[in-house]
Amino acid sequence: SNGIIHTEHSEHKPRLLLMGLKRSGKSSISNVVFHKMAPHETLFLEATTQIKKDSMRSFMDFQVWDLPGQIDYLDQSFDADSIFGGVGAMIWVLDAQDNYMEAIVRLTETIVHLQQSFPEIKYSVFIHKTDSLAEDYREDIIRDITQRVSDDLFDAGLENPPVSFYPTSIYDYGIFEAFSKVIQSLIPQLPVFEALLNTITASCRFEKVYLFDVLSKIYIASDTSAAELATYGLCSDYIDVIVDLSEVYGWERGRKDDGSKRAKDISKQSAESFISNVKGYSLYLREINTYLALVGISKEARFEPEKALVDYNVQALQKTLKKVLRRG
Amino acid sequence: MDKFKQKTEKKKVLLMGRSGAGKSSMRSIIFSNYVAKDVRRLPTTIGVESSTFKFLGNLMLNIWDCGGQGAYVESYLHDSAERTKVFSGVGVLIYVFDVESREFDTEDRNARDLVTYSAIVKALAENSPQARVFALVHKMDLVQTDFREQVLKDKSSAIRQRSGTFQRTIRTYGTSIWDQTLYKAWGMIVHSLIPNLDVIEGILSDLVGITEAEEIILFERTTFLTVTSVKSEIGERNPYEDRFERLSNIIKTFKSSISTFTGSSTSSHQFGELYIKTTRFNLIVAMLTTNTYALIVLPPGEVELQCTRLNLFIARDQFVQLAGFSDESRKSQ
Ligand SMILES: Nc1nc2c(ncn2[C@@H]2O[C@H](COP(=O)(O)OP(=O)(O)OP(=O)(O)O)[C@@H](O)[C@H]2O)c(=O)[nH]1
Ligand SMILES: Nc1nc2c(ncn2[C@@H]2O[C@H](COP(=O)(O)OP(=O)(O)O)[C@@H](O)[C@H]2O)c(=O)[nH]1
Ligand SMILES: [Mg+2]
Repeated sequence: SNGIIHTEHSEHKPRLLLMGLKRSGKSSISNVVFHKMAPHETLFLEATTQIKKDSMRSFMDFQVWDLPGQIDYLDQSFDADSIFGGVGAMIWVLDAQDNYMEAIVRLTETIVHLQQSFPEIKYSVFIHKTDSLAEDYREDIIRDITQRVSDDLFDAGLENPPVSFYPTSIYDYGIFEAFSKVIQSLIPQLPVFEALLNTITASCRFEKVYLFDVLSKIYIASDTSAAELATYGLCSDYIDVIVDLSEVYGWERGRKDDGSKRAKDISKQSAESFISNVKGYSLYLREINTYLALVGISKEARFEPEKALVDYNVQALQKTLKKVLRRG
Repeated sequence: MDKFKQKTEKKKVLLMGRSGAGKSSMRSIIFSNYVAKDVRRLPTTIGVESSTFKFLGNLMLNIWDCGGQGAYVESYLHDSAERTKVFSGVGVLIYVFDVESREFDTEDRNARDLVTYSAIVKALAENSPQARVFALVHKMDLVQTDFREQVLKDKSSAIRQRSGTFQRTIRTYGTSIWDQTLYKAWGMIVHSLIPNLDVIEGILSDLVGITEAEEIILFERTTFLTVTSVKSEIGERNPYEDRFERLSNIIKTFKSSISTFTGSSTSSHQFGELYIKTTRFNLIVAMLTTNTYALIVLPPGEVELQCTRLNLFIARDQFVQLAGFSDESRKSQ
């Protein structure tokens, strides 16, 4: 009813796997992204001993499985099908501050092995804990890891392996950005969303527009212009502000519904917000449905005069999105 | 306008406590727009670091961040010239205890943190008997959630017992840089320092009356600490009693993300107006005077919103007339 896809069988939720060596940061990532754990609290996490399954309820339901690093999944006796069957994407978390040779060997073995039985899986490598690398070496290490993994896969006979690389850290927005991209690779309607957002950007003088999953702050689409991580960060923090303020002031007042037209109009509104004059820009947010919000950075410092035009265009987009999502 | 102008009130604020207790961390978060994760790199304070902070138009906070290493403490306490210099003319003493310190055992009469503390309040009583004392039991995040209340109770009562002539007036708070408790404690501290609060509250109450607002909160611009607030009957029913410190925390955090976005490092990451419309409430945060922001919560509906914007302009004028909110002092910025 809210334009949410209801999958018939819960087993068919797209599944994401987090894999990697012990202490590489898998549980930290899933706790920070899906349970709002503060990054510094991950210092107290204990080694994972069993597969931990999380699900993300959104416009599309995802499952995220955290696989303990201490188990050998390639072991013959292992029921690989129960874990890897139906997986959409696998994320290999690679600790960049550790001696990463062993991790690269294991990663290559795993991909080569899985490719045979589960050719549809998409792979991402999170080159993780980049915050703890000295700035001078950071780029070199990232390049070195990317090169080695690509070479090893090539040598193993995989010429165009479906692998993407992302530098990540739980101490900045990098991890959310990377997760967003992985999720996007599982969304069939992505090109449609992007085209719609490009239209908005062009017609309303926006610098950048994102379609956010409000709870996780993963963005499921954006316009296709290039943007800095800081732009995503600001929009994501803006959502926090709105969510927090709505919690503090969104309590039920028990106002009488007098059945008037005015009361009806209000109850049909979707939430909206703007912040004007953020160093020459403005921020804009509009609720699309229970899960999604459109957030954008406008090139206008004073947003008020633009608001009517933007609202008009965004409402049109909202209608289209609802249709697309329903057709799913 | 000059006839409205009041003399600037300068208040000396002493920030004391053992080395590593978290004094400089707090100061940087409240007054210099750091966020919690940035303070790990702060150097130890050498001697006294004094800084002046203009809080509202005519209230100057002169903060003395006193390094807590033994040698410095010895000299504040025992060198008589130093002692007079540090402890005279004090408006407020903020004493920071590290909850994890092994020398802060409430069972032990000779626990060093408490011994030092009582020597310090004694020096304060001799030189500034009118001063107010706030004790912060800090790093509460390190205590397991279930035990926090009890730990704070025990520590507070041990502190109170050692507070000498301030025993009845001292106030204690549990704090952590990782949550909003920091803003609660500092909000109470600055609230206690602000002159002509009643006049300010009068203007805000009028505004509540005129605009049907549920609540109006006045924040200081840089720190986003709550100066004061007024509510209507509906506003009184808001179940979130910790909302003031929550709001400070929310907006401060957002200001720091604006600074990351713009890559600037100044302490004034401004925004013009924040507006939210939902089915249950409307909300505006807007600059009221050059050094305050007002947060106004309204019932849902478009008319109310526009009407309030208008009234906000009128209130703005009243505030500018009010000494202490005059814009003069900020012209140079
Ligand atoms: N500096 C830094 N440390 C991180 C980061 N992510 C995780 N860590 C730390 O890495 C350590 C191990 O993290 P875990 O998430 O428990 O590792 P894991 O991959 O789940 O390990 P297993 O459960 O044994 O497979 C923790 O101390 C985290 O705080 C990061 O981005 N930067
Ligand atoms: N866990 C925790 N650590 C804190 C807190 N406040 C400060 N710290 C840490 O305590 C250390 C000393 O802080 P600092 O402000 O330099 O102490 P000062 O000597 O009293 O000025 C730093 O490493 C801070 O990161 C807190 O609320 N919780
Ligand atoms: Mg784990």
